[in-house]
Amino acid sequence: MQKSLHLDPNKCTGCLQCEMACAWENHRSFTIAKSRIKVFTFHKEGRFVPYTCTQCDEAWCMTACPVDAIRLDPVTGAKIVLEPTCVGCKVCTIACPFGTINYVASSGKVQKCDLCGGEPACAKACPTGAITYVDADWTGLGKMRQWAGKTDTNPATV
Amino acid sequence: MRHLIIGSGPAGVVAAETLRKADPAAEITLLCGEGEPPYARMAIPYLLKGEIAEGGTHIRKDADHYDRLRIQLVQARARGVDVARRTVDLGDGRDLPFDRLLIATGSRPSLEKIPGMDLPGVHSCWTLEDARTILAKARPGTRIVQMGAGFVGCIIMEGLLSRGVDLTILVRSGYMVRRMMNPTASGMIRTWCEAKGVKILTHTQPQGITLKEGVLQVALGEGRVLPADIYLSVVGVDPNLGFLEGSGIEVDRGILVDPTMQTNVAGIYAAGDVAEATDCLTGRRQLNAIQPNAVEQGRIAALNMAGKTAEFRGSFVFNVLTTLGLVSSSFGEWQGVPDGESTEVLDEAHYRYLNLQFDGDRLVGANCVGFADHVGAFRGLIEGRVRLGKWKQRLLQDPTQIMQAYLAAAHSVA
Repeated sequence: MQKSLHLDPNKCTGCLQCEMACAWENHRSFTIAKSRIKVFTFHKEGRFVPYTCTQCDEAWCMTACPVDAIRLDPVTGAKIVLEPTCVGCKVCTIACPFGTINYVASSGKVQKCDLCGGEPACAKACPTGAITYVDADWTGLGKMRQWAGKTDTNPATV
Repeated sequence: MRHLIIGSGPAGVVAAETLRKADPAAEITLLCGEGEPPYARMAIPYLLKGEIAEGGTHIRKDADHYDRLRIQLVQARARGVDVARRTVDLGDGRDLPFDRLLIATGSRPSLEKIPGMDLPGVHSCWTLEDARTILAKARPGTRIVQMGAGFVGCIIMEGLLSRGVDLTILVRSGYMVRRMMNPTASGMIRTWCEAKGVKILTHTQPQGITLKEGVLQVALGEGRVLPADIYLSVVGVDPNLGFLEGSGIEVDRGILVDPTMQTNVAGIYAAGDVAEATDCLTGRRQLNAIQPNAVEQGRIAALNMAGKTAEFRGSFVFNVLTTLGLVSSSFGEWQGVPDGESTEVLDEAHYRYLNLQFDGDRLVGANCVGFADHVGAFRGLIEGRVRLGKWKQRLLQDPTQIMQAYLAAAHSVA
């Protein structure tokens, strides 16, 4: 059974441990601006929403890449950026309708969640269980993926 | 079934791969028109910067990729299509037969209609061969006069400057990248370039080019002449469809296609820059020369060629551009729509700008300068025709809340 990240905003306290864990895992730095998972703050609602790539089946980033720099990890199902191959053209960053693949100016390459090879550091670091790594069927990502599959016709409800 | 694909850019390559998956027994031939392995023009700016070797531009990296998928690469250019005999004329006496044909011939540089375009030292910057020529000639101090500051004109600047050249950009209109960027965004890009030592002359159009003692003389009118070692003509692109004249395949600005990417001739399809499909925002037919559109159309065309059912849902124009390190992007109806509303936030000193365009409570367009994070969500919001509800009002007050609006409206998470 393939696993995926389950993000539950109801349990998120905005502590940003996940962003620090991600930045450390991938950049050996606690510069959270470089984190691949991002916690968005909703001041009015007093709410925190952790957000990163869902490894969607459409893989818009992977199909849009002109130089074959994004590949599928057959073990985890993650779409992985091959840094030495990426030229930094950023086409993937506008092709992904979720906005979850981003350009990193300091490296001149793009980055996205790669599930840390099957042991996501963000899930390990999350103290409240807002980020868990569970069987894909349990995550309710279906809704999001479905939405991705028909972005042109379906007005999402507010 | 014999599938023939003309053009080995992203649309052609993705179509060939999709065909192989969908039709394991088929014969698949991919015509490459430039004597090169399939490569991506998107990567040429990085070749000019010296960050990658030529292999880095190749669309697929494994040497045996096409062999393994039994995709036959043929180095030849199509000179004509005989729709009755169902053959493609290669101009060297060979006629390639097909059962299904995909035309994915992309774009070619628009030609300036001024005297001197055939002189040595006058180049475009479109093909790998163009890049080789520029790399061979551009040395520290080389005077380059570049006509055009559109997408290609801007994205190649960094590579040119990295060679230490003396760069002058001529712009016919008052604005750089005016097909992508509003005057504010365009002005920021100009200021950025000038601060990096690029000379930019707007409202300037060469009258002609001559050669005097080995130096190009670019006449700008009123007696003004610019000396140049290289004249780079990058004034836009046109769909590459001249070879279809008289074929019976219906063209307007591009090849007209239905939602299955089929042309007016049964069994003949078109995809990518050369195809004129429906824009999902305006409902009008239009060319859309961007990479994500090319690969999606290539995929849809291939599925239909293999007898599967797939429809292109339409696309809209969006693009991302890096000009000497300054990242900008453009989405959809960035010029706004009648009775629409807009909002923006501008920090000129730090080169940050965000402009949003709304139609009712839907986002329909955007321009960004210096905002590069999560910009894909703009596509999600626009293409998904997501109703922003109360978030529209919040965005009018603070456009930087765009990701919060996206998460709340598209994913109902807040």
